Amino acid sequence: MKLHFDIKKFFVYFFLVIGALIMIFPFYWMIVNSLKTGQDMTAYPPTWFPSNWFNFDNYVVAFEKAPFQIYFMNSVIVTISCLLITTFTTIVGAFAFSRLKFKGRDLLFSLMLGLMMVPFEMLVITNYTTVAKLGLIDTLACLVVPFTSSIFYTYILRNFFLSIPDSLYYSARIDGASNWKYLWRIMVPIAKPSLVTITLLNAITCWNSFYWTLLVINSDTNRTLPYGLYAFMTEGGSDTKLMMAAASITVVPMIILFLFARKYIVNGVARGGLKG
Amino acid sequence: MVAAVKAKKRSGSGIFNTTWEPFIYLAPFLIGIIIFTLYPFFNIILISFKEGYRQMTGAFESYGLDNYIHILTDPYFINAIKNTAVYVVFVVPISTALSLFFANLLNQKIKGISLFQTAFFLPMVTSVTAIGLVWKLMFNDRIGVINAILGLFGVDPIGWLLDPSMNIWALIIYGIWNMMPFTIIILLSGLQNIDPLYYTAAKVDGASSRKQFFRITVPLLAPTIGLTCIINVISASKVFGELFPLFSGRPGTAYNLFTVVYYIYYEFNVSYHLGYAAAASVVLFLIVFAFTMLQLYVQRKWQYY
Repeated sequence: MKLHFDIKKFFVYFFLVIGALIMIFPFYWMIVNSLKTGQDMTAYPPTWFPSNWFNFDNYVVAFEKAPFQIYFMNSVIVTISCLLITTFTTIVGAFAFSRLKFKGRDLLFSLMLGLMMVPFEMLVITNYTTVAKLGLIDTLACLVVPFTSSIFYTYILRNFFLSIPDSLYYSARIDGASNWKYLWRIMVPIAKPSLVTITLLNAITCWNSFYWTLLVINSDTNRTLPYGLYAFMTEGGSDTKLMMAAASITVVPMIILFLFARKYIVNGVARGGLKG
Repeated sequence: MVAAVKAKKRSGSGIFNTTWEPFIYLAPFLIGIIIFTLYPFFNIILISFKEGYRQMTGAFESYGLDNYIHILTDPYFINAIKNTAVYVVFVVPISTALSLFFANLLNQKIKGISLFQTAFFLPMVTSVTAIGLVWKLMFNDRIGVINAILGLFGVDPIGWLLDPSMNIWALIIYGIWNMMPFTIIILLSGLQNIDPLYYTAAKVDGASSRKQFFRITVPLLAPTIGLTCIINVISASKVFGELFPLFSGRPGTAYNLFTVVYYIYYEFNVSYHLGYAAAASVVLFLIVFAFTMLQLYVQRKWQYY
């Protein structure tokens, strides 16, 4: 019996290790190849390690060839603006849908849920015309403006708000708090875990957004990281080790975010999945 | 009695709320939705019926079915539907089966499990474009690590990204890897919701762990498995971003790997046939709509178990 148990455990670890290696291999490969020299790259079969783990030349050259520091800053600006605005519209929207009462509220909310299944890919054509008419094509603003409201996040937060007992609301109102005060002083602090999750999921989506950026951004100085990286590939030729350095610049911030906030991200995904 | 209390509550809150107040709270949210979701949704359906539509002026010749007739007879669109279907048919079942296997392992209470979970979930947060470039390198026919490993087993180098007939398999392998973290998370949370009493009872009865897996885990997890499959079918139907890094922006080596969304992108952004792009968008919506309805149906049906 004892022996049987150990064999089982061995197989669990065996398959977990193999699976984990396959899942993280591309990340390992990205880092390793970003540190390789030109000579390392030509080896076949490819070498599993760089000849020098501290060879950061590729990063230096990548930064010289394309303004990755600008792409990085653009990504940061777009992501933070998106987060600030979307979180605000989500909070007030979820509050109206959960706490305030008005005619047709549930009907309106059902309509919103129905709209959730419209794929974003379907909307880009009209949205392109809209931002063009607003004169925003090829500006960082047009990477933010279409994404200020999210039905999905509002839905998650509304459900959380609904779980906060009514009595809290009535006692706050009797004490003379306005709806506005009640929302920001009481509900938002209680909903902090939900808000953190929403913000993280949104940050990941913003940071990695590619399709829309590809359509609306032309000039070099307005590129964000994923698009800058793609343009670097198509314009900068095929120097793989530079590309791996550039890919690392794009991916590593999200890996760090994930390592620090894994619990929140995983909980959020388990509850409804990443949209998109 | 309950109804009376409810009614009282409702009128009670009415005292606090002025009629316009909720709409002030809703406005920031609704403005964004109306301009960038609701309006474009109906607008694109309208455009799909406009013949000879021009984007900036909005001029068109007449209403009709020309755009639909065109795309449904366009070999590239037929090919796009076919490729998307093949992609979905391979990626969704394989990644679900693998995810079920690994979710079950990740649900064991053993040392270092959170480290393993981190490794399995990591691909979820990364940019499809950035990590796609790494896959492009791994799939390289000369210096790629995949061919090098296959070479150890005596397999001749495969032109994953060069040979048009192999293109879709590269996309599928990358797609499976990409889809697994999400699927594992959903299945794992489903596993954690199964009452441990079932397993205790099974152990008392002397059921083997294999039997426990197929007789307890799989049936109880069936609703979750069904739902993840449908969600994954919807997201796999929209496969698009993966093509850019793998094939340097082209749909396959020889324009052989159009997908539905790539076709929309191509007609819209490369050949400027907005009507065709709109009609293809509506087709995409119908696919997503059909599977969403299926999802709602399954959800409702399984709730009674």
